[in-house]
Amino acid sequence: MNPIAHSPHAHAPSSIGKVMLTVMLALTPATLFGFWLYGWPAINLWAVAIIAAILGEAFVIRIQQRVVRPVIMDGSGILTAWLLALSLPPYAPWWIAVLGSLFAVIVGKQIFGGLGQNVFNPAMAARVMLLISFPLEMTTWGAPSPLTSPNGLNLLEGLRVTFLSQPIDGMSSASLLGHVKTEFTRGIGLDQALAGHYVPLDALAGLRAGSLGETAALLLLLGGLVLIARRIITWHAPVAMLLGVAVPALIFCSIDGNHYADPLVHLLSGGVMLAAFFIVTDPVTSPNTALGQFIFGLGCGLLTWVIRTWGGYPEGVAFAVLLMNAATPLIDQYVKPRIYGRDRKGAALPAKKGA
Amino acid sequence: MLVAAIVSLTVLGTVFGLLLGLAARYLRVEGNPIIAEIEQMLPGSQCGQCGYPGCTGAAQALADGSAPVTLCPPGGVALVQALANKLGVEADLSGVEDKGPQVAEVKEEICIGCTRCFKVCPTDAIMGAAQQIHVVFREACTACSKCVDVCPTEALSLQAVPVTLQSWYWHKPKLEAV
Amino acid sequence: MKIFERFFSGMRGGVHPEGRKDLSAARGIRALPLPQKLFVPLQQHIGAPASPVVNVGERVLKGQLIAVAQGNVSAPVHAPTSGIIVALGDHVAPHPSGLPVPTFTLACDGLEEWAALHACDEPFALDADDISARVAAAGIVGLGGATFPSALKLNLSRGVQTLIINGGECEPYLTCDDRIMRERATAIVEGISLIAQAVAAKEVIVGIEDNKPEAIEAMRRAAHAVTMKVVAMPSMYPMGSEKQIIQVLTGQEIPAGGRPADIGVLVHNVATAFAVHQAIRFGKPLISRIVTVSGGAIRSPGNIEALVGTPVQELVDFAGGYSRPATRMVLGGPMMGQHITNIAVPIVKGSGGILALTADEIGQDEASPCIRCSTCVRACPVGLLPLEMAAHIRGSDLSGAVDLGLKDCIACGSCSYVCPAHIPLVHYFNYAKGDLAAQERSKLKQEATKKLADARSERIARVERERAEMMAKRKAAREAKERAAKEAAAKAAEETA
Repeated sequence: MNPIAHSPHAHAPSSIGKVMLTVMLALTPATLFGFWLYGWPAINLWAVAIIAAILGEAFVIRIQQRVVRPVIMDGSGILTAWLLALSLPPYAPWWIAVLGSLFAVIVGKQIFGGLGQNVFNPAMAARVMLLISFPLEMTTWGAPSPLTSPNGLNLLEGLRVTFLSQPIDGMSSASLLGHVKTEFTRGIGLDQALAGHYVPLDALAGLRAGSLGETAALLLLLGGLVLIARRIITWHAPVAMLLGVAVPALIFCSIDGNHYADPLVHLLSGGVMLAAFFIVTDPVTSPNTALGQFIFGLGCGLLTWVIRTWGGYPEGVAFAVLLMNAATPLIDQYVKPRIYGRDRKGAALPAKKGA
Repeated sequence: MLVAAIVSLTVLGTVFGLLLGLAARYLRVEGNPIIAEIEQMLPGSQCGQCGYPGCTGAAQALADGSAPVTLCPPGGVALVQALANKLGVEADLSGVEDKGPQVAEVKEEICIGCTRCFKVCPTDAIMGAAQQIHVVFREACTACSKCVDVCPTEALSLQAVPVTLQSWYWHKPKLEAV
Repeated sequence: MKIFERFFSGMRGGVHPEGRKDLSAARGIRALPLPQKLFVPLQQHIGAPASPVVNVGERVLKGQLIAVAQGNVSAPVHAPTSGIIVALGDHVAPHPSGLPVPTFTLACDGLEEWAALHACDEPFALDADDISARVAAAGIVGLGGATFPSALKLNLSRGVQTLIINGGECEPYLTCDDRIMRERATAIVEGISLIAQAVAAKEVIVGIEDNKPEAIEAMRRAAHAVTMKVVAMPSMYPMGSEKQIIQVLTGQEIPAGGRPADIGVLVHNVATAFAVHQAIRFGKPLISRIVTVSGGAIRSPGNIEALVGTPVQELVDFAGGYSRPATRMVLGGPMMGQHITNIAVPIVKGSGGILALTADEIGQDEASPCIRCSTCVRACPVGLLPLEMAAHIRGSDLSGAVDLGLKDCIACGSCSYVCPAHIPLVHYFNYAKGDLAAQERSKLKQEATKKLADARSERIARVERERAEMMAKRKAAREAKERAAKEAAAKAAEETA
């Protein structure tokens, strides 16, 4: 007997592969900027991360005796590795990228059951693992050495930096937040700490030290807006995260401007822009409903600010995201849409007879 | 420091142990209402295929755990899962052959009207008289197969209930990747 | 309630599939020439199948009653044309299962001889019961596709506040309602007024999607002399769904598990209103309907007026046949229509469309894992969580899916349509609904057989008891007799001694 097909017999022209591809396209401007800003080492690191993710995932699928091609071609593993690479220090050695990618796709995703089954954001889980296991390599930031500038590295030098850990001049220049925290411990207030380290216009344009992809805030914002316009993501989680970071910063900054950084500093550093549009919006690990996503984003933003201000680490985004991922099932349990014909509690609406 | 830890944990353990003992004595639940609930779930035709004296016997055996949840063939897979849920045990579905809903059917050419079958049918689903051809009422038959066992000419057999336009529904989608 | 307040609570979710209505909307309705044979099923409506009142071999006239309604939730069936009934038996039903349904086979004699009709020159002089009775006798059922017996609906909706006429036609490709409104607006308006009279509705609103400007214009012109509002609704799928059209036009929601009558609303399709007009004014029963034949594989798509019981093949041939091989034949619209593999099936009262779709139009792909993107949640017009329900059903947790609101699902297909992973969400839901219904049926059967088994054990016990009592009585009587005989013998012995 012929197999009967169930309705609908029409479909919107979308697919998982297309969704992933659009997200990658949205990431491209910021990535290319990162490549230009940090030169060949950045390109090498990104390439190594992607390749490691593909091979690692293929290996795990193979040993489960499943078909490899559709899993790789849906693009989710590549996207995870791309996001991880963007959050790494650009001059990090190659094995950091490899370890991180493998952890992200194998432990962060495949062990849970593959695409759609993981509880925690794989890129953030990998980043936290790397940060805790290899604190030195993960907090060694380099001053930008753009490809087109006189101190830009050529391909050979770039390969040496990535694969032979050759140090560069201007390395160990701390990230903005790290520097600020260190200065606090020395009793130096913000206005002194920021002087010479933070030029707002430069920060907006991305010309300062940071991880591979976090600095080009404007380009990330642009990418995020493209995703919202293409209905890949909605505005709720990104706006909520930015509010969650900016509002407490604003409040505390106006109380004590010398010990609490202002909202703009927070928004433009540590990958908040990257997280707001690309990490917090990860569909697998965030809630189902618009309100749920807003709460999720708000929580991520608030926790980021709290960890940065009062926590032991200068950078809080990865931890904040993982903590909120754990809360996602709870948010989903209590934040559900109201069903047609029922009230908020789920009971049927009362009948009203005629006039 | 160490002494304080040992003392505090010991005290906690003693206190909670006492509370549990008191609860076991004063908050005990008498009787086991679960037997009646399980019996409600069973088909109730007392066919005896499970080996226990009727459905009451089977319910008692299930309640005290001496019978597996797969004991009732007429109940099919649905009953196994329902019993497993009720008793909070794992259901091993490997041996359960769910032939789907079945009813007994009389092959009229072979029936000799001996009346043995309707005397044993627990739900009076067979109508017939001596020397008359017998017929099974589908709505009353629970497929317990007692009639099949006693029929001398093998005119009775269990057949799958035919699907009608009213009872047909979509199969479960079988997806590779999902 | 003001119009402004009504529009404030618009439809939630919904999707915008490509309309593709331009394929068939431009051309007028054409009548299909009489086929050689018609296959008229006894079940073309929700409820009990009709019961035949003519025999094989009999000659019937056009519009003659050939099967009566069985019970309240049923509808009669009439002969679509004059001819001889050559068979009454199983024929493949226009249903995805391909299962048979009892069907009359009518050999058309080509004369189109009408039976005696009970026309009425003053339809507005009739009272509500009369209108209802004539609608029932004409075999009118909901022509929007639900095929609920219309007379029963009228009877259950006496005294409603609002009568809504559904000119939505939100499914892509379908344009039969569009064309009938453009070409027969006056008749439709009269039908609407008759329905309004039958239920004594206080207001009448005709809702038409705004992608049909000519239809809106035509209906407005036809309705200018009567008190009914013709309202343009936003074009969104599923705007034509009963729950959604009520929400948009009145701002109210049907309570879960309830009917529109619970909130004082009655909804009827425009084609049903036309059929009511035909039945009351001309006494004509429902024996034909307008069907949109369209799709990328049809040579000249358009709207065809065909007799009930015409095989699908005939309509396809009249529309020029196939311009290229059709990947799939669908009865109805693409969003909720049924896939058919046998185009010898007849069209019935509820068949609004025949589509011959190409693979591009279907756009189906292999399913990939769910990434929980919640596009389906945004698309659902009822406010459910399709991804969660499907996950529960996949894991065989049907009661969990019910807790999430499975019973409120209207199976519109919006979620499956937008899912980027091409997961067959509505298929999961219909499977689950079917499985739950089957479990209900088997539970009812189990309760019934349990009663039978108990009754039997009780009867056997009672028979045993009565037998034992009778034995005891006999024994007592025998012993009494023996004692009496002994006493008598003793007495006799005493006397002789």
